[in-house]
Amino acid sequence: MNQPLLSVEDLHVRFRTPLGDVHAIRGISFSIERGQIMGLVGETGCGKSMTGRSILRLVPQPGEITRGRILFEGRDLMPLSEDEMHKIRGERIAMIYQDPAAALNPVFSIGQQIFMVMEQHQANSDVDTRQRVIQLLEDVGLPEPMTLYNAYPHELSGGMQQRAMIAMALSSDPSLLIADEPTTALDVTIQAQILDLLITLQRSRGISILLITHNLGIVAETCQRVVVLYAGRIAEQGDVGDIFHRPHHPYTKGLLAALPNPGSRGNALNVIPGRVPSGLDLPPGCTFAPRCEYVMDHCSQHQPGLFTVSPSHEAACFLHEEVGGKKP
Amino acid sequence: MQKFIARRMVVTVFTILLVSLIVFVMVRVSGDPRTLLLDDYASIEDYDELTANLGLDKPLFTQYAIFLRHALVLDFGDSVVDEQPVTATILQRLPATLQLGLAAFIFSLVIGIPLGILSSVKRDSVWDHVGKVVALLGQSLPPFWLGIMLMFFFAVTLDWVPPSGRFEWNSFILPAITLGWFTTAANMRLVRSSMLTALDSEYIKLARAKGVSESVIVWKHALKNAIIPPLTFMGVTLGTLVTGSIVAEAVFAWPGIGLLAFDALRQSDYAMLQGIIIFFTLMYVGTSLAVDILYAYLDPRIRFA
Ligand SMILES: Nc1ncnc2c1ncn2[C@@H]1O[C@H](COP(=O)(O)OP(=O)(O)O)[C@@H](O)[C@H]1O
Ligand SMILES: [Mg+2]
Repeated sequence: MNQPLLSVEDLHVRFRTPLGDVHAIRGISFSIERGQIMGLVGETGCGKSMTGRSILRLVPQPGEITRGRILFEGRDLMPLSEDEMHKIRGERIAMIYQDPAAALNPVFSIGQQIFMVMEQHQANSDVDTRQRVIQLLEDVGLPEPMTLYNAYPHELSGGMQQRAMIAMALSSDPSLLIADEPTTALDVTIQAQILDLLITLQRSRGISILLITHNLGIVAETCQRVVVLYAGRIAEQGDVGDIFHRPHHPYTKGLLAALPNPGSRGNALNVIPGRVPSGLDLPPGCTFAPRCEYVMDHCSQHQPGLFTVSPSHEAACFLHEEVGGKKP
Repeated sequence: MQKFIARRMVVTVFTILLVSLIVFVMVRVSGDPRTLLLDDYASIEDYDELTANLGLDKPLFTQYAIFLRHALVLDFGDSVVDEQPVTATILQRLPATLQLGLAAFIFSLVIGIPLGILSSVKRDSVWDHVGKVVALLGQSLPPFWLGIMLMFFFAVTLDWVPPSGRFEWNSFILPAITLGWFTTAANMRLVRSSMLTALDSEYIKLARAKGVSESVIVWKHALKNAIIPPLTFMGVTLGTLVTGSIVAEAVFAWPGIGLLAFDALRQSDYAMLQGIIIFFTLMYVGTSLAVDILYAYLDPRIRFA
């Protein structure tokens, strides 16, 4: 029973655009254990959302998964038919989005929306389903679930909308929840409440969560494992302690340095200079090289693979090889 | 919701009052009805008598009050041409116009909405191209020309339907298409664009991510949102179907209010025109009120505003 809940193996996603092919995801592999919260971090545009959507095989046009396997609960999702994927999406893997105001349908009440989703996948009586919906609204900490059942999305605050979306996600009792920047649109106190809710759900239901965020601070508070993405590849992955206390990749170090630090008073944010290269014309060699303060000669010619730092920790940087780590 | 309806009612009443005032003023400034009603041999006494009969010796405000009082019971006086009560003639023509307007409206919905949905769901397919052609033709072909062409092909050349009049059951088809043509194209375009917006929205992405089937996504989740903008427009078009009936009825000699207006215009029958304008206004304003209420019912953001 040591099999992970989800393993993504060598995932590639490509967008065919009029300007040329954009290689948004270029061979990433990671896995999520049962009951684990895993953080997927990186700057905007590095491929976090596409990774999340690839798991559900919902990469938007003109994008497509060109290679890779997505092993979920022991079976590969890639060869499944669209009908079988509908079942996976509706029942086993749920997703919540950044902007709950936009993700809830404005013309149906909160209760109706969750009801409609449940109706698609379960054959219970209407009364039972309604009861379940109200229970779910209560489970995600919404006050007066009976009243909220008939409320429309625009009548709820952002935090309540996000809770409602989480309730919808939980309606099928999924084993994996993909949360794509679930708190980015919310203000700080509400952010903390939503993260608490996610942690509670993980504990009480044993659900696994893939938490996508550009905010390492959030990861530190919620996750057990972290994958750091850069330009469609994994820069570093490890347990939270590995990433926060023993970061190996200069990109991870840069992200950590960019965190607002309560200790160093008055210090301006350290931002990594430069920006993520476009997937259209990637530099040869390490894609982070142009921004890296430790850049070496061969970094701009060769692409580093993942080197094992410790059994739980990998980094894609030649620096690690220099200091004597073993080759992959 | 009640507040919204009440507000809309008040606006409606004011609109009707405003139109009645405009009609009243326009009739006064468009010429002296006495010169129209009296012939060249009339005496000064005839003239004065008519002035008193028409109430033209009273102050303007009193005249308007009298006009309103009569209008309230739908009394617009007698036709200048046949001296029959205007209202009776209009009411007698009303069913023909309603029949035509309804047929045109149904035509524009039955063709426009599904075509709009199809061309948004199956982008760049045959349906999308058919939709684009319909949209283009709908907006560029003048109705009178379309009417004559339809008449020429389907009535004269093919002899499938009668060329004009309202005698056989199928004589409404061509005028209804002529009348509904523009609206069909407009409905199609609006439904298409608002469906595209809806289908591209986050809540559709979420519905997909929840494994909701594609048909439920299109017909339930997207359409209920997408139908709202075209619906407001339909409120306006319902009105234009009434007023647009002038061209369609004139081309096909369809004996409705449109043709009546056309004839009244040619014969300077100001009493008749005045009545028709008020009638058209009532229908126009009434339908948009009905549509607004329906709109509010569909869009909870308005319903509870
Ligand atoms: N519609 C698209 N067309 C072309 N490229 C796209 C499209 N959508 C996303 N991409 C590419 O995928 C990359 C990753 O996007 P995304 O996963 O949304 O980033 P993130 O969620 O990390 O901010 C983008 O940098 C872009 O190059
Ligand atoms: Mg994103």
